[in-house]
This record gives sequence, C-alpha cells and structure tokens, in this order.
Amino acid sequence: MRELIRNAKLRLLRMHFEARVGHIGGNLSALEMLMTLYHRVLAPDDLFVLSKGHSAGALYTTLWSVGKLREDDLVQFHQEGTSLSGHPPATGIPDVIFATGSLGHGLGLAAGLALGKRLKGAPGRVFCLLSDGEWNEGSTWESLIFAAHQRLDSLTLMIDLNGLQGFGSTREVADLGSLKEKLESFGLDVEAVDGHDALSLERALLQPPTGGRPRALVARSIKGHGVSFMERKMEWHYHPMAAEQYAEAVREVTES
Amino acid sequence: MRNILTTSLITHAARPDFAFLTGDLGFGALEPLRGVAGDRFINCGIAEQNMISVASGLGRLGFAPWVYSIAPFIYARPLEQIRNDVCLHRLPVCLIGNGGGYGYGVMGATHHALEDYGILCTLQGMRAYIPAFAPDVTAAIGRILAAREPAYLRLGRDELPSGADLPPYSPWRRLLAGGGGTMVIVGPLAGGILAVARELPAEARPSVWILCELPVRMEEIPELFLAELRSSRRLLVVEEHVAAGGAGQMLLHGLALRGEVPPRFEHRFARGYPSGLYGSQDFHRKECGLDPGSVLAGFRG
Repeated sequence: MRELIRNAKLRLLRMHFEARVGHIGGNLSALEMLMTLYHRVLAPDDLFVLSKGHSAGALYTTLWSVGKLREDDLVQFHQEGTSLSGHPPATGIPDVIFATGSLGHGLGLAAGLALGKRLKGAPGRVFCLLSDGEWNEGSTWESLIFAAHQRLDSLTLMIDLNGLQGFGSTREVADLGSLKEKLESFGLDVEAVDGHDALSLERALLQPPTGGRPRALVARSIKGHGVSFMERKMEWHYHPMAAEQYAEAVREVTES
Repeated sequence: MRNILTTSLITHAARPDFAFLTGDLGFGALEPLRGVAGDRFINCGIAEQNMISVASGLGRLGFAPWVYSIAPFIYARPLEQIRNDVCLHRLPVCLIGNGGGYGYGVMGATHHALEDYGILCTLQGMRAYIPAFAPDVTAAIGRILAAREPAYLRLGRDELPSGADLPPYSPWRRLLAGGGGTMVIVGPLAGGILAVARELPAEARPSVWILCELPVRMEEIPELFLAELRSSRRLLVVEEHVAAGGAGQMLLHGLALRGEVPPRFEHRFARGYPSGLYGSQDFHRKECGLDPGSVLAGFRG
C-alpha cells in the first residue's frame, strides 16, 4: 500500500499542478482514506459517496489507481469538455454515483443508499467520506439523526478530521469539541483512527457493524499531508502550485 | 385531494420501486397508506433537507420515491437538495406538496406556497403537476410513474362544481366553450370560476381551459386552443402563484416563440399580502382578484 499511495500522491500532485488548480490540501489529507477504501475494503456490492466533494482530485486519482479511470481521463482534469470537473460530476464516471461539492449532502445520500439496500434486501455496505468543516451544516446533523434512528448499520462514515476549513480552523469557526463523543452520543459506533495509517484504516473499515449502529471513523489527518510547506496551512485549500513548489512537493513525496 | 392521493398511492404500494417519505406530516390522511406500505413508509422527521437526499439515495437504487410535506415546506428549505441530488441526476423522485398557493389560509404567510412551481420548473428535468380537481390526482400519479423523472405534485382543495362534465385528464383541457375570449386557469381555483362562468350566456363567457402540467410543452398545446386564441385575440391566465416564473409567463414565452402572441394578454396571479392581513384561502384570492367574480368581471370589462 505504501508504494501505491506514494504513486497516487505523485499523480495527484501532477494532476493539480498541470491543471493549475487548488484544493490540494484537503485532497492530501484524504488520499490514504480513499486509497485504503478502494484497494482494501470496497467489495463489488459496496457503494461510496464522497461528501467532501472538493477532494475530487483524490477520488479521481484513486479511481485511476484501481484501474477505473485511465491516464487519458486524468489529463482531462479541469479541462474544457471534461467529465473530471473540480467536484464530482453527475454523469460521465460510473463509479461516481452522486455529484457533490456543496457540503452537507453526502451523508443523507449515503443514508438513502443504505436504507434502499435494506428495503431491497440487497447486500453490500455504504461508505461516506465527510470533512470536519462539513459538520457546520445542519443537514449533516439531520442525516446523522436519521441514520442512527433508522439503525443503518451498513453505513460507515469516514470523517477527515484535518482541523482546517475555508476561512479558519474548525476550532476557531465553530468549535464542536470532541466530534467522537458527539457522534457516540447520537448512538453511533465510533472509532478514532490515524487518517494517514493505511493499516489502521483498513482494520477499522473492515470492522463489521455492531448492534444495528452505523459506524463512524473519526480520522485524524493533516491538511497537505506529506508536503511540509503545505501541512496544516489553510491557504493550500485554495492555492495552485508554482513550478518550484511542485518540484519541491514531488521531491518530498518521492523521498518519503 | 389528500384522500384521493392516499387511495391512489395504495394501489401502487406493492410495486417493487415504491417508497413513501414524509416530513412528519400527513396526520389524518396518510394512515391507510402507512398501514399498507409497511417499512416502505418512512417518517423522516422534521428534516426536509435530509429527506430529499435520502429519497435521492433510494432513487439511485431503483426506487421511485414519493416525498410528502405541505407545499411551503417541500420546495423551499431543501431546494439545493432538489437541484443537486434529484435533478442533476434526473432521479424519479416525486415531491408532493399539499396546500399549494394560499391553501393553508389563515395559518399565515409561512404556510403559503406562492412561488413553488415557478422555482421548481427552473430545475433541470423537473415537471410540475397541478391537478385542478380531485379525479386528476390519480391520473397525474399515473403520468408521474410513467415519466420516471423529477416531479412535483401540487395538491389543493377539490372545488369541482357539482354537475360539471370533467373531460379525461390531460395537460390541457377545455372545460367550457365560450365566445368572450380565452382563459387558461391553473389549479383548483378553476372550479369556482367554472361554476360562475357556465351560468353566463355562451357569447359573453370566456372559453375556459385548465392547464395541469408545467413547464408548458409547446407540442402539447392543443390546436383547438391556438385556433380559439387566433380568433378571440385575447388571453387571460389565472393562477394562484406569483407572476414571476408562473404559468402566465411560461405560456406567453411559448406563444411568442411560435409567433402566436395574442394582441391582448392579461394575467391574474398571487400578489402576496396587499393589505398585510391574513384570512382564509378565499380571503387571499379575493385580495388578489383571483375570486370568480373579480376574474370574470375583469375579463368582461
């Protein structure tokens, strides 16, 4: 996995550099989660919703890594006439089942998928990756209440707890204290994990549901992970990389 | 119309794609459906945004969910979920809004839906169904099921006058022939206008049409309507909805594209709260000139 993730990270950096787009920080915080999910966990009947749609680059790179997107696809990222828009598209990529990007939608969509599977008696789990800033959205809490009340135990939330949001840290903007404790108080089966440790993530994601409760992994992560000058810097939510920065990022990841 | 909604949906409840979601509303009407639908009747609580997203998830798995609330609550709060989750994916989710227009009367302005179908019809693939009379509900449900597209079903009070000969449902129907201009009505207020108009001499009364589906599809406009309009040279559109984005604007736009704009166009629509006071649905209609007497007097004048 280590080598797979390193290659995906390099491809992600190149894709964002060549497209001259930002959002790289939150993509780097989520990449190990997506790579572990797609390489080690997802079964054919499982479904995934990327609620933090601004990490589309990490999703596209992961889909490329598992052979569901081609190199020819990735070079179209952010280009005219592309299916690989800056946030997941509604059409054009079979493995992307919902257009997301406005925060606060993904958990409800995933809950609907989990409910639908139960009503149909269909196999498979549903995974949803959310940001931590996304818990500012009231709709996310609506969906949490629903998922817990409906006992949607085929649903697993992954929360990218990188501590930074659009214009400040999560603590500065709307401090929720311990998200783990809050989710537990709603009746979820919650586990805190290292969001950059593929082995821990794999073990936690493969954990079967218990007692009719949805599962949630609160994954501590670092925005801009793996590139020292990006780590924990809010501006890398927005900035594209200059050529020198890209070269430095590649050097650091290659040598890691 | 809620009772006929319930009985109609019960006939579809055994379909494998059936699911019904409510935002904690429907007391006194939906209980028989709940009894039949079992675990496919889901009370999502007072959380409309989540309800629409859940319905979209169900839609992605092959369900054709019905999503119920009162009209003002079904389209405004969760508009982004309707746009992004339902319409961008063209999912067969049907929103049901009870009490469109001023339907909730003296409950107050927060409970009125005066801009619902106009807003929803701006969304990709969305089609609004506005039954004029209770029997239309069953037919509209059949068309929604057949279309398998995003839909909005706006319900109201059944005001079909006794003895009226209602033609079979279609998006356009002529209820009354007349020589005094051409009138198009959207929604249940057609009943009261029809009741008064039919007592007038044929040459003095308007030809009364009802329009039950929006946006206006040009290919669905009957040739008879266009022929009448060319002859009468006068069109009045009446709707319990604001002018912006309403049926009047949609129809006029369509007629303009076809070069069929009549020399005289009039529009009666919901004007909000002119006096700042609240009352029954009839009170608000009268304030806006939507009551039968005002509509017909103005048209004759």
